[in-house]
Amino acid sequence: MNKPYVRSLSKTGWFLTQPRYKRYMAREVTCLFIFAYTFLLIWGLKRLAEGPDAFQGFLNALHSPLGVLFNLAVLIAAVYHSTSWFNVTPQAMPIMRGEEFVPGNIIVGAHYAVWAVVSLIVLILGV
Amino acid sequence: MEIVKTDIAIVGAGGAGLRAAIALAEADPKLRIALISKVYPMRSHTCAAEGGAAGVIKSDDSMALHFGDTVGGGDWLSDQDAVEYFIQEAPKELTQLEHWGCPWSREPDGSVAVRPFGGMKIKRTWFAADKSGFHILHTLFQTSLKYPSIQRFDEYYATDLLVEDGRCQGLTALEIRSGQMKQFQAKAVIIAAGGGGKMFPFTTNGNIKTGDGMALAYRAGTPLKDMEFVQYHPTGLPNNGILLTEGCRGEGGVLFNKHGRRYLQDYGMGPETPIGQPVLKTMELGPRDRLSQAFWGEQKKGNTVSTPWGDCVLLDMRHLGEKKIDERLPLVRDLCISYLGKDPVKEPIPIRPVVHYMMGGIHTDTRAATRLPGLFAAGECACVSINGANRLGSNSLTELLVFGKRAALSAIEHIQSGFPTSKDAALAAQAQASEARIDALMKKTGGTETIAGLRKEMMETMETNVGIYRTGSELATACDKISELRQRYANIALHDKTHVYNTDLMQALELKSMLDCAEAVTVGARERKESRGAHQRLDFTERDDVNLLKHTLTHYHPTDPPRIEYLDVVITQSQPGVRDYSGAKK
Amino acid sequence: MSERQIQLEVLRYNPETDSEPRYQSYSVPCLNEWVVLDALNYVKDNLDPTLSYRWSCHMAVCGSCGMMINGEPKLACKAFIHEYTDQIRVDPLANFPIERDLVTSVEDFITKLASVKPYLIPKSDQPVSAGEFKQTPAELKKFKQYTLCINCMLCYAACPQYGLVPEFLGPAAISMAHRYNQDSRDGGRDERQEVIASDEGVWECSFVGACSEVCPKHVDPAGALQQVKVASTIDWYKEHLMPWMKK
Repeated sequence: MNKPYVRSLSKTGWFLTQPRYKRYMAREVTCLFIFAYTFLLIWGLKRLAEGPDAFQGFLNALHSPLGVLFNLAVLIAAVYHSTSWFNVTPQAMPIMRGEEFVPGNIIVGAHYAVWAVVSLIVLILGV
Repeated sequence: MEIVKTDIAIVGAGGAGLRAAIALAEADPKLRIALISKVYPMRSHTCAAEGGAAGVIKSDDSMALHFGDTVGGGDWLSDQDAVEYFIQEAPKELTQLEHWGCPWSREPDGSVAVRPFGGMKIKRTWFAADKSGFHILHTLFQTSLKYPSIQRFDEYYATDLLVEDGRCQGLTALEIRSGQMKQFQAKAVIIAAGGGGKMFPFTTNGNIKTGDGMALAYRAGTPLKDMEFVQYHPTGLPNNGILLTEGCRGEGGVLFNKHGRRYLQDYGMGPETPIGQPVLKTMELGPRDRLSQAFWGEQKKGNTVSTPWGDCVLLDMRHLGEKKIDERLPLVRDLCISYLGKDPVKEPIPIRPVVHYMMGGIHTDTRAATRLPGLFAAGECACVSINGANRLGSNSLTELLVFGKRAALSAIEHIQSGFPTSKDAALAAQAQASEARIDALMKKTGGTETIAGLRKEMMETMETNVGIYRTGSELATACDKISELRQRYANIALHDKTHVYNTDLMQALELKSMLDCAEAVTVGARERKESRGAHQRLDFTERDDVNLLKHTLTHYHPTDPPRIEYLDVVITQSQPGVRDYSGAKK
Repeated sequence: MSERQIQLEVLRYNPETDSEPRYQSYSVPCLNEWVVLDALNYVKDNLDPTLSYRWSCHMAVCGSCGMMINGEPKLACKAFIHEYTDQIRVDPLANFPIERDLVTSVEDFITKLASVKPYLIPKSDQPVSAGEFKQTPAELKKFKQYTLCINCMLCYAACPQYGLVPEFLGPAAISMAHRYNQDSRDGGRDERQEVIASDEGVWECSFVGACSEVCPKHVDPAGALQQVKVASTIDWYKEHLMPWMKK
């Protein structure tokens, strides 16, 4: 007599059903940009191996409006991806000091601080 | 009808039922254990207990002190041999729970912490913040998962005990999911199905607390004991009866009336103690019966605060500070904010007494055995009695551990004593009769009474006539009314005639349990012509140790009011004396 | 105390009479301080005794009354009417089979909970007579949060992974394993690891984080699962890159 009714989640459209699922998908989708950027780097390496002219062509392409746009899009995606992970690190890696947990904003803040320092070093080395 | 053959069936999977099941599984892994409950174990109402569990562990404490507090707190209606056993076992059981992982709150040195509680001379209440019952229940439930011999029957409603050849040999239970009746053949049955506070409208009790276990035993012919003693917890949220633990006062919370007076000093619990320095067994740390009675007094004097939910007094915890409240009373803060919109860190909380616990229950001896061989009981549904006329806060969580285990051991002794099992046919006939009764209820048409209607009348009757203070005429009214409701119950009809999760049927069966228990409460109260503990009569204001240092035993009758019998209280070392809660004076 | 007329849209399903669920609407006079559970009780007592749902404590601790309220997993006893408009939709808890009306099947969850060995497996044996295991407040605090799970299953209803892959052990069960793993008295992590560090275990979690957002007790199961992943990863590295570290 029991006849449990099973409601199944749409395999393809489930992430559209709730705002929090959309936010999750946005976070996950940003990694595709980073994925694409690695191809760009590999392509650059290939061009470098082909000689100075080829590499100069690669650099020129990067400076084209399309190249700048792509870099900008990847930067935005990477920042979103990184910050969304920074913000959940207190959950994934809680730290105890004595009897208390270190407050989440300190852990998150530390990540941003390290990020800023690393960026600065890269910038200085690059110049 | 499907037959489940088992060695021991346990009805109820809350604290006491789970403790019994684990004790059985540990004692003999070959024992077949059927753990039957109308809800999943973690839904049992043990989860709502907040404050803690009493057990002597600290060096400044002693068994004698716990004994004295318990017996005095119970207004000398406790059986002292039972209390002696209880206090001896208490620390062992609480330590056992610690070994099973219960997250008890701790002292800086890593030992278990204790907090003060009402009516206790020494701090001896083990606590897990203010979710002690919750943690005890989940620790027991999760520990029970270790034992393959514990077979759970979750969401089964026990309908009748099978009694043959003078022994309890099993029960019938309805699988709520399918509506199918099953027969459980067992060599012993333990009832651990909780109290019946839901016969009152304003209670801390959950929806499931409908006295089913008590009624199950009662209808099978074994008496209920001291049912007239119903505990009002002094601090409930006024709008819905949600419990604010005694720990609020244990940690230092104080009670005010509308004039800002610590009114408990006017009820023999003073003199006033300084705010932030609670004195044990004094003022706010008096016992629950006295505090609830003091509220009634303030209400009569017009000293209470009017709120949209009726008259209240104020529980002030502000001086404890946010840090302490969050550490020791996080649930209380959450409940106040969520359900009343008031933050105890910032403002006093209006509270009023609320029906909380039944001291009475299935009559058992110190072995947790009932008068029916093969039937045992433990927890709130049982009355050993260690709680007497008024239970001290934090004794009940310990009680369900101590006597849950005791019931298990006694059940094993019973099985080992050896006796012939009755013929299957005899048990089957009883099971079929039980099934036929449910079928008749399901098929009946044309009933003019509604479940909700009868329940409402019952609750109003109990609230109006069987409250903190009682009179002979009110109790007589209540007896007549409950008796009438029991008659009218025959005229209900179910709207839901289907079988899967038929909660209409469940409510009908639960209402029957409550009405049977309510009659035991009202008749017991009418006949007890004295004032003792939680049973206070305006027409008999004194305690009568000459005639009524006795337990009330109530015997069931299917149609007529119950027969009353009295049983002497067991006294071993403490003669009735004066209950003194003015410790600060000395 | 103001009163409002609320339209309660409740998903009904009776396996004996219905082939699929349907909504039924009830007009309920609600006090503003009520919770959705009070409204359901009003329906049960006054309008329709055939409506089935589970409830008990009415104080958000027994975990019985989890349901979807306007599509969000909630305890009906802690979903305040004043936070909603005059139209409230109530569905049975998502991702679980509907047994009847608002009653869903609990068995899958219980089986999963039991599978992670959610009980103390003591590091060292000590008889009760030797007293309690010592545990400092800091050691207690390390796992306390994860003991607060009331098994209400809202996290499973919020978790799309559980919806898509029903074999997933799920947030509450893995959090409970983590609770015991983090307990200073416990030595059972290796036994639990076999179950929780499996494909149906923690690696099925993609950190949507919905479980923690809906948890009525702020257990933060999502956090627990990420911690389990970190610890399991460290295990893997230890085992494969530093085999000499193995116990």
